[in-house]
Amino acid sequence: MTETRQDSTTRAYPFSAPDRLDLDPRYAQLRQHEPLTRVRLPFGEPAWLATRYADVRTVLGDPRFSRAASVGRDEPRITPLQMASGILSMDPPEHTRLRRLVARAFTARRVEDLRPRAREIADELLDRMVAGGPPADLVEAFATPLPVTVICELLGVPVADQGRFHVWSEAIVSTTSLSPDRIREYIDNLYAYIGELIARRRRVPTDDLLGALVRARDSDDGRLTETEMVQLAAGLLAAGHETTVTQIPNFVYVLLTHPAELARLRADPALVPSAVEELMRYVPLGVASSFARYALEDVELGGVLVRAGEPVIASLSAANRDPEVFDDPDRLDLTRAANPHVGFGHGVHHCIGAQLARMELQVAVAALLHRLPGLRLAVPEPELEWKSGMLVRGLRKMPVAW
Amino acid sequence: MVSRRWRVTVDPRRCIGSGICAGAAPGHFVLVDAVSIPLDELIAPEDSVLDAAESCPMEAIAVRDAADGRVIAPEP
Ligand code: HEM
Ligand code: SF4
Repeated sequence: MTETRQDSTTRAYPFSAPDRLDLDPRYAQLRQHEPLTRVRLPFGEPAWLATRYADVRTVLGDPRFSRAASVGRDEPRITPLQMASGILSMDPPEHTRLRRLVARAFTARRVEDLRPRAREIADELLDRMVAGGPPADLVEAFATPLPVTVICELLGVPVADQGRFHVWSEAIVSTTSLSPDRIREYIDNLYAYIGELIARRRRVPTDDLLGALVRARDSDDGRLTETEMVQLAAGLLAAGHETTVTQIPNFVYVLLTHPAELARLRADPALVPSAVEELMRYVPLGVASSFARYALEDVELGGVLVRAGEPVIASLSAANRDPEVFDDPDRLDLTRAANPHVGFGHGVHHCIGAQLARMELQVAVAALLHRLPGLRLAVPEPELEWKSGMLVRGLRKMPVAW
Repeated sequence: MVSRRWRVTVDPRRCIGSGICAGAAPGHFVLVDAVSIPLDELIAPEDSVLDAAESCPMEAIAVRDAADGRVIAPEP
């Protein structure tokens, strides 16, 4: 049965300010009673919110829903500025043309080649942290430098320049932590910096990913414009900074607050890969939902007729707790067998760094368990400082002892 | 003259159901229970299928020349 839109009220969204890694109970209520609901975000036009797993996959995976159609619209969003270009604002076939250029650097096979190096970095960081003695800030000592070093080495960005671009990359995930002017300034700085690295590669070719992009650009078959190349590289650098970096402490936080599950994992380190998938499912990393998709034609979804031209946002966190797909969904179960979570999204925009992030998260969790058997918070839990004004939830600092 | 045909396969043990191929080449792949299946195994040459094979993060898709089995995508 198709509801008419007058039946539903428009709710302010996000429903509440993020509290730790708790998921607002309204998601579960809506998933059960009103799987498609009207919401108004801090910026942009009103939208539909999808909360069921099946509907979320449809919104993200079905070509009748478009990211490209958001360009020129006042897109529903929680960031003051609208992303008006780049890989996440494109549909196939333009999107595929761009994504293909870098996709092969992020396949499971290529990522596997990077694992030994990631382990080595993790070990060095923990050596240093242990030598400094407890307490230490896990965010600064481990969770940040591990993914940052990996993505820098892959792209060919000097890790030594980190002081410069680390600050700028926050602009990509900021909602209110930075002013719109500051966001624009940081993004300009990041593009200018990448532009410098590209100019250097035109003088001296390299075989890192930036070098490969420059070659694709300069082979001049029109596959890649200069702006696209800079945006793509900056996007990879920034995404590599703000996601896994946040997720490592989130995972450690969940494990430390679920001691029975942590004990199971310690007893059987072979569980690490399934534990990482379960933690990806369980942690509601995003403060809000996916980027909006616009319906290209009328589509029936969740008992509602979404009209052509209307935007829909999809809650990955709500989908990941859908009891239709996951037994006892609010329980953390590190041995969960089938785990088709959508923590990395779905469809053509499925996270390009997913295999890389998985590998880094596995390496990080395994190294921490192995090297720090007594890992614990060094402050009472209520004193932990959580980030605010960002697209993602995470700890600003994580004082730990071992 | 016999026109060239391609043979498209998906290795279900490798596929993680990302949905990338079904979005990039909608007429050619469909997800059934979180695993991609080619709609037709034998197809006329078509760029979007090559794109899908090159974009698959698991290298689960193989596109071969139907006549001689030569791998067309993904590139090694
Ligand atoms: C735990 C870590 C990560 C999580 C949870 C994550 C999550 C996501 C999600 C949910 C999307 C889809 C967004 C949407 O469709 O609205 C996405 C896309 C993307 N991610 Fe990640 N990501 C992570 C790590 C990374 C890393 C390390 C990189 C860089 C190498 C990266 C680069 C990207 C890019 C470039 C896209 C856009 C892809 C496209 O539009 O085709 N991500 N990510
Ligand atoms: S792109 Fe690859 S992993 Fe993703 S659904 Fe298609 S075959 Fe499976």
